[in-house]
Amino acid sequence: MATMNFSRIGISGLAAAVPRNTINNYEYTEHFPAADVKEIVDKTGIKERRFAEAQHCASDFCFAAAEKLLTEKEVDRSEIDLLIFVSQTPDYRMPATSVVLQHRLGLPKSTAAFDINLGCSAFIYGLSTAYAFMQNPGFKKVLLLDGETRSRVYSAKDRKTAFLFGDGGVAALIERDDRFGESFFSLHSDGARENLIKMDAGGYRNPSSPETLREKVVDEHGNIRTDEHGYMNGADVFNFVLREIPKNIRSILEASGSDPADIDYWLFHQANMYMNNYLLKKLKLDSEKVPISLDKFGNTSSVSIPITMVSELQDQLVTRKKLLLSGFGVGMSWASAVLNLDNCHIPDLVEI
Amino acid sequence: MQQQFIDAFKEALEIEGGVQLTDNFRDYDEWDSLARLSLIAMLDDEYGIQIEDAKFEQLKTVGDLIAAVEQAA
Repeated sequence: MATMNFSRIGISGLAAAVPRNTINNYEYTEHFPAADVKEIVDKTGIKERRFAEAQHCASDFCFAAAEKLLTEKEVDRSEIDLLIFVSQTPDYRMPATSVVLQHRLGLPKSTAAFDINLGCSAFIYGLSTAYAFMQNPGFKKVLLLDGETRSRVYSAKDRKTAFLFGDGGVAALIERDDRFGESFFSLHSDGARENLIKMDAGGYRNPSSPETLREKVVDEHGNIRTDEHGYMNGADVFNFVLREIPKNIRSILEASGSDPADIDYWLFHQANMYMNNYLLKKLKLDSEKVPISLDKFGNTSSVSIPITMVSELQDQLVTRKKLLLSGFGVGMSWASAVLNLDNCHIPDLVEI
Repeated sequence: MQQQFIDAFKEALEIEGGVQLTDNFRDYDEWDSLARLSLIAMLDDEYGIQIEDAKFEQLKTVGDLIAAVEQAA
């Protein structure tokens, strides 16, 4: 697509909430031998993850993060003109979770609300949408909520996905101010690769039935899942990332007139350490400028970029910083952004 | 080309012993889905290529791999 660019719109606050329930991945050995688990965990670098308690949904983490942010920033809730909820693990098939959250958060009925259904690219898609609405002078503030309970999407008996995913949610407040300067977005999709990361059943194409909930062995390695679990072709996802992401990053740098040296922090989707490290090496980046949180939270899909900002850059984003964001995954869908953060209020991580 | 590939292949998969062109590489003790990721990184780093899964599944021997690399590079 053509690059989108915006002036004087930015993230004035960002909060994150995660489950208190911490999984030590080395001890996640119910279905696989400890030696195999160690090999997987060493290579993926995902040492801990957070799993939501049974009563919590993605929206509950977003709600907790939003309450913390709006309270600490003393935001007048009547000024929130748009609420966007980004997730692929919503509360219900209908109504949209964003609408439920409008009421829960005590926002006025004048607030516009809708959901965005995308995965690892979705925080950047959501931001670009928020920024686009904010170009209208009538919009004072946008609340972008992004949450996932990805731990429930995959089978614990499928070693290709069992050790990667975690849960959490964030809330970002988008406002208009001169200090934010210029921002740039580049958004992409390739539905020819819909099978690389997918859940086959449970929607309207293949509705839920006893058959789609039956566990079965799906490959020669003895991995077990149902048709309502997600699956992933990790090899082709890696091939896809190598082919598309460096190209996408070069193009957003060029479109924004940025030199790689101008970027203070590079925030990549937290997929796994092996792939992220290879990407860093391929792009010849200084690891000091590439914050990592996947060792603590695993792959939280769309939440992984903003949760890294909260957990790794809480003190750094007080002063002006130029960030490059790059998200990629299920779809396939990928997006990048170059934007400035300045005086961004980041509360301490919330645990529920 | 052959020896250069074999050296890079052994390093990527951390194989200590000898590697022959006729070896079925999936029979190596070192071969698993994590080794596959190492091979993907090596192919990108050394040759600037990606071999999609559908094609990769048809490759059986080290010689097949080399032929595929030569074709793609």
